[in-house]
Amino acid sequence: MTESRFSAAGAAGTRMTFGRWLLFAVLGLFVLVYLMPLYVMVGTSLKDLEEIRSGSMLSWPETLTIAPWIKAWGSACVGIQCEGLKGYFWISVQITVPAVAISTLLGAVNGYVLTKWRFRFDNIIFALMLFGCFIPFQVVLLPMARLLGMLGLSGTISGLVLVHIVYGIGFTTLFFRNFYIGVPNELVKAATIDGAGFLTIFIRIMLPLSIPIIVVTVIWQFTQIWNDFLFGVSFSAGGAQPITVALNNIVNSSTGVKEYNLDMASAIIAGLPTLIVYVFAGRYFVRGLTSGSVKG
Amino acid sequence: MFRWLQSQLPKIVLAPSFAAVIVFVYGFIGWTAYVSFTRSKLLPRYQFEGLLQYRKLWQMDRWYVALDNLLVFSVLFILFCMVLGLLLAVLLDQRIRVEGALRTIYLYPMALSFIVTGTAWKWLLNPGLGVQKVVRGFGFENFEFDWLVDPEMAIYTIVIAGVWQSSGFVMAMFLAGLRSIDDEIIKAAYIDGASLPRIYFGIIIPSMRPVFLSAFIVLAHLAIKSFDLIIVLTRGGPGYATDMPATFMYAMAFSRGRIGLAAASATIMMVTVIAIVVPYLYSELRNKGND
Repeated sequence: MTESRFSAAGAAGTRMTFGRWLLFAVLGLFVLVYLMPLYVMVGTSLKDLEEIRSGSMLSWPETLTIAPWIKAWGSACVGIQCEGLKGYFWISVQITVPAVAISTLLGAVNGYVLTKWRFRFDNIIFALMLFGCFIPFQVVLLPMARLLGMLGLSGTISGLVLVHIVYGIGFTTLFFRNFYIGVPNELVKAATIDGAGFLTIFIRIMLPLSIPIIVVTVIWQFTQIWNDFLFGVSFSAGGAQPITVALNNIVNSSTGVKEYNLDMASAIIAGLPTLIVYVFAGRYFVRGLTSGSVKG
Repeated sequence: MFRWLQSQLPKIVLAPSFAAVIVFVYGFIGWTAYVSFTRSKLLPRYQFEGLLQYRKLWQMDRWYVALDNLLVFSVLFILFCMVLGLLLAVLLDQRIRVEGALRTIYLYPMALSFIVTGTAWKWLLNPGLGVQKVVRGFGFENFEFDWLVDPEMAIYTIVIAGVWQSSGFVMAMFLAGLRSIDDEIIKAAYIDGASLPRIYFGIIIPSMRPVFLSAFIVLAHLAIKSFDLIIVLTRGGPGYATDMPATFMYAMAFSRGRIGLAAASATIMMVTVIAIVVPYLYSELRNKGND
């Protein structure tokens, strides 16, 4: 479709006119702007402190060192503990995996009910759930902290899993509802006539159709939960801190010599999982962003 | 009994999620709103005290600084994200062969945590070794760039990092909007001899009003919630020069032990978001209902 858009303009559009050169120059400039921070991060993480102080941040390391990476992973100090990021990385995995799985599953079931088994007031229920996506989470921090305390879940992985599921449901439900609306109701009717029940239809008919939206939702939730900082920093004091909180502690620690290469290696380690997912499944990531198109 | 259960199964399956939303969203909002009307300090107290906390809040210089910063940040953040996003989308819409790769590059910051983005920009904007040193290296010996530690300018460093992270997302939204416009209209305009800029400014961009609105809502929402970026870049400092409502609330709730005040500020944030989002959601749902 886009290929044919300006075909009315004829061959003029494809020749390398001055306008085309300018276009590519501007696009190229922005490529540099967007990639520069990543380049500087990688470069800095591979330099020793001496070179960081004497050289320019834009120059590529003269002598490559992976010592900052080893330290960031295994022995950097987060607060008073000097065991690196590996433990926090693992905590983030333990928070993210169940929270993503459960919130996605709930979203799928909810979307199925809200589109194929409609009942009175289902739209109001959906609107109420959708609204939950938009609240500034500051408004739930205090009661959540108290509730987690009462349940004995403060500073635990389970506590953060619970929080991420609860505040993820709105989105996952939205994604699946919008997807299932496009699935013909006749499919469900025909299966009902054949004697299939609620769960059979969901498992046999809906789920196999849902692979694309499952991918979109899983990627979305994974990115959101892995990157979360607010819940992590509010509910994990003295306990199981996710990697974003640990990274902030490393970067903002005021003791000792500031090791910028360590900061950069730590930041890359914290950002790598979502970055890898984005590079390999960016298409689905973009679809989540724009199809929901209601997220902050 | 079994048949009844079976017929109620859809509602039973939906019930836990709905109950969770009622408790954790609406119940908690109610709790916070109520506590904002009490004298709660380190621990919540439930005796109603009226607008006490709000009066205190509006007497605090720090709160005004936070609101002022939010305003400055929101305006600049939304403006730059929109302009950049639209520019990139229009440029990418010109039948570029490497469009996919370019789009991936413009959008990758969105996959990163604000904490990671903040760490990167904290280093780039480092007063001693960052941009300042690079520009001096180019021969501008007296170049000064220490916004990160300048109370007047620090807020703009958060704008820079925020725009870098989010503008690609706005581009993706605009690009999707551009692609959904009927080609026939554009071809007709071409045949009538309209120039490319005229087609964009006269036809395409005006017809993307809903996309502008969505982008605005998303960005405004991001701005009001901005927390991570501030914490990692400036920790609200120097002093409280870059405080925003979200960091203000966090400081009152978790380090100052002033729960009532924290609840009042959170309630104000909530009301602000409602004022922006509810009319939008309402019109969205109503339009969808008409389809």
